[in-house]
Amino acid sequence: MKFLPLVLANLKRHKLRTVLTTLSVALALFLFASLRSVVTTLTAGSEVSSASRMIVQNSTAFVIPLPMSYAARLASVPHVESVTWANWFGGKYGDGKKFFAQFAIDPATYLKMYPELAIAEDQKEAFLKERSAAIIGEGLVRSFGWKVGDNVTIQGTIFPGDWTPTLKEYGDDSFMFHYDYLYEKYPDRVTPGWFIMKIDDPTAAPAVARTIDDQFRNSNAPTKTGTEKAFASGFASMWGNVKVLMGTIGMAVVFAILLVTANAMMMNQRERTSEVAVMKTVGFSDRKVFTLIIIEAAVISLTGAALGLGAAVILPIATGFGQGGFLPGFHVTVGTMLVGVGVALLLTIASGVFPAWQAAKLPVVQALRRVE
Amino acid sequence: MKIPLVYNLRSVTQRPVSTALTALGIGLVVAVFVAMLALANGFIAALTKTGSVDNVLLLRRGADSELSSGIPRDAISIISTSPYIATGTDGRPLISPETYIVINIQRMGGDAFAVANVVARGVSDKAFEVRRNIKIIEGRRFASGQSEICVGSKLAGRFANVNVGDVLRFSNRNWNVVCRFTADGSSFESEIWGENEQFQGVFRGNSFQDVAFRLKDPASFEDAKRAFLADQRIQVDAHRESEFYANQSQLLGNILRFLALMITSIMAVGAVFGAVNTMYAAVSSRTPEIAVLLTLGFQPRSVMASFLAESAVIAFFGGIIGCLLALPINGVVTSTTNWASFSEIAFAFRVTPQLLLAGIIFAVVMGLVGGFFPARRASKLPVIQALR
Repeated sequence: MKFLPLVLANLKRHKLRTVLTTLSVALALFLFASLRSVVTTLTAGSEVSSASRMIVQNSTAFVIPLPMSYAARLASVPHVESVTWANWFGGKYGDGKKFFAQFAIDPATYLKMYPELAIAEDQKEAFLKERSAAIIGEGLVRSFGWKVGDNVTIQGTIFPGDWTPTLKEYGDDSFMFHYDYLYEKYPDRVTPGWFIMKIDDPTAAPAVARTIDDQFRNSNAPTKTGTEKAFASGFASMWGNVKVLMGTIGMAVVFAILLVTANAMMMNQRERTSEVAVMKTVGFSDRKVFTLIIIEAAVISLTGAALGLGAAVILPIATGFGQGGFLPGFHVTVGTMLVGVGVALLLTIASGVFPAWQAAKLPVVQALRRVE
Repeated sequence: MKIPLVYNLRSVTQRPVSTALTALGIGLVVAVFVAMLALANGFIAALTKTGSVDNVLLLRRGADSELSSGIPRDAISIISTSPYIATGTDGRPLISPETYIVINIQRMGGDAFAVANVVARGVSDKAFEVRRNIKIIEGRRFASGQSEICVGSKLAGRFANVNVGDVLRFSNRNWNVVCRFTADGSSFESEIWGENEQFQGVFRGNSFQDVAFRLKDPASFEDAKRAFLADQRIQVDAHRESEFYANQSQLLGNILRFLALMITSIMAVGAVFGAVNTMYAAVSSRTPEIAVLLTLGFQPRSVMASFLAESAVIAFFGGIIGCLLALPINGVVTSTTNWASFSEIAFAFRVTPQLLLAGIIFAVVMGLVGGFFPARRASKLPVIQALR
C-alpha cells in the first residue's frame, strides 16, 4: 500500500495518455455490457415464465385458431388444473407507428392463470364486470398518455372495425380486453388463438403434452403443446443469429480495446526503462517492480470498468430506453456486471503482464548505461 | 518543402509492435463497421428485391400485412376483369390470387421445439410469370391438383425434408417437393410455394390473403389504385409490390443501421484514443529528430503534414486489415425474423465495394483525428530545447 503514491505518480506522468486509456476501457465495457444486455433481455422471457403453465396452439400454424370445444376436453386431461384462452388481436392505434400487443382474453380465468399481473382490486372488479373494458400496461400509459376511464379506439387489421374498450390499468406492457367483446362481433370467425393450462405437477408436463397432442392428432385442428418456457425460448430464437452477432461484436470491441490498453502500457514501460533500472539499483526486487506495474494496469482497467459499467446501468434508465419501445424491459443484469468486472481483470493481466515481465527481467547494468 | 513519405514509413518500422497494435485496433473497428452494415444491407436488399415495380399487391382494406389480410373468393373474379391487369401470351390475365400462411417446420438437427416459422404461399399457375425474379433451378413446377410444392433455395440446408424428391409433412398432409427455385436473393427464397387451391383447403377456408398482378402499364399504378378503392363491391387496397416489401424492411433495417453506427462510433472513439497515444509517443521519442528537421529548414507546416500523413498511413493499413477481416462474410447466409410476417427470412451479408471504400475512409479519418494534436505538438516544438 505504501507504494500507492508511486503508482499514482506514474499514472500522472502522462495525464492525457492515462485519461485516454481509461476512457477507452470505459467505452469498451459500456458497449460490452449494453450488447450483452440486449441478448439477456431478449432471452429473459423464457426465465420469467412459469414451469407449471403450458400452452396449446395449432400445430399447423400459430395464426390458425383452435375450436372452443377444446377447452372442456383440455380441462379433463389428468394433471390439468385450469384452462384459459386468448387471441392475438393485431390492431393499430392512431397512425400505427407505435406497435404494442393486444390480446383478447377470457378475463376471469386468465387473470387467475397469471396471478403475477399486478392490478388493483377495484380496477380488476371493474374490468371483470364490463364487457367492453380493457386493461393496459403502465408502459402504454407512459407512451400514449391514456388514463383510466378513457375510451381508446383501436383499428383491427385482422378483425376489421374500430374497437373502443374502456381502460383499466395493470402493471405490464400489453393491452388486454374481453374475448366476448371480440366474439360478439364476429361469432363465426372468432375461436381461441391458443389455450393456456395450469398443471399441478411440472414434471408431468411432457406426459400431458403427449396426451393432448395424440388426442387431437387426426382432427381438423392438430395441436402442439409445450411448457410456457419452451414457447418463450422458441420465440426468443426467432431473433436467429442476431444474438450470436451481438456476442461476436462484444468480443471484437473488447479485443480492440485490449490492443489500445496493452499498447499504452507497453509505451509507458519503454519510456521508463532507465527508471526501472534505477529502482532496481536502489533495492526494489524484481517481484516488487512486477507488482507495481500490474497495479498500474489494474488501476486503469478497473477505473475504466467502473465508469463504463456505471454508464451502461445509468444511461438506459436516464434516457428511458428500457421502457417500452424497441426493447421493453431492457436492463443490465448482475451477471453482466460480473462478467464485465471479469473482463476488466483479464484486461489488467493481458495489458500488464508483458510490460511487467519485461521490467522485472530488465538487466540492470545494460539499462543503466542509457541513464544520462 | 515537403518531408518525403519514406521518412514516415521508415519511422513506422522502428516501432513495429506498437504500430501494428494501433493499426489492428483501427482494423477491428472497420471490420465491425463493414460487417454490421453488410448485415443491414443484406436484410434490406432481400426485402427490397422481393417486389417489382410493375406489380401490384391487393390486400383487404386496413390490413397492413399479408398475414392479416383476407380477400373472399367472389372478389377475385371481379378483380381479374380489371383493365389494368396485363395479359400473358395465352391471353389470360397475369394475376395470382394467393393464400399466405406461416407454418412451423422442423429445423435441421434440432429437437421438437427447434421449429421455425416459414411462409407457405399458395399461388396460381401465373405466379411464375407475375413474379419475374423466380427461377426454377431444379425439378419442375408443381402440377395442378397434386400435393406438390416448390421450396425456396435458402431453405435447403437449414430445414429437414426440403430437397427435391423429399416428402415434407405439414398440416396433416404429405407434400412432395418437386422443385427448388431462386428469386434473385429476395425473401421469396425463404418461402414454400404450392398451388393456391391446394393450400386454401387445408389452411384457411374459402378465402385468399392477397392478389398479386402485373400492371399493363407500370405508370398507371395510381389510376389502378383509385379504381380499386372506388369499387364498392370489393374491400381492397392496392399497394405497389416493390414498396410494400421494402416497407417491411424499414423498421429492422433502420434498427440494424442505427446499431451499426452507434456501436462503431463508440468503438471509433476508443481506436482514436489508441492512435493519439501512439502518435504522442512517436512524437516524444523522436523529439531530437524533429528538431533537426526544423533546423534544416523544413517548415513547421511540413512537419505537421508529415506526422498527420504518418498517422493516416497507419490508419489506412488498419482499414485494409479491417476490410480483409470483414470480406469473408460476404455472401454468408444468416437469418432473422421478418416481424411484419412473423416468419423467418434468410439473407446473405452484402459487402459492396462502396462499403469497403467507406470503411477505408472511416479508418483514415480516425487516423487524421487521432494524429492531429500530436502532429501539432511536433510542429510547435521549441527547436533549441528539443535539440539538447
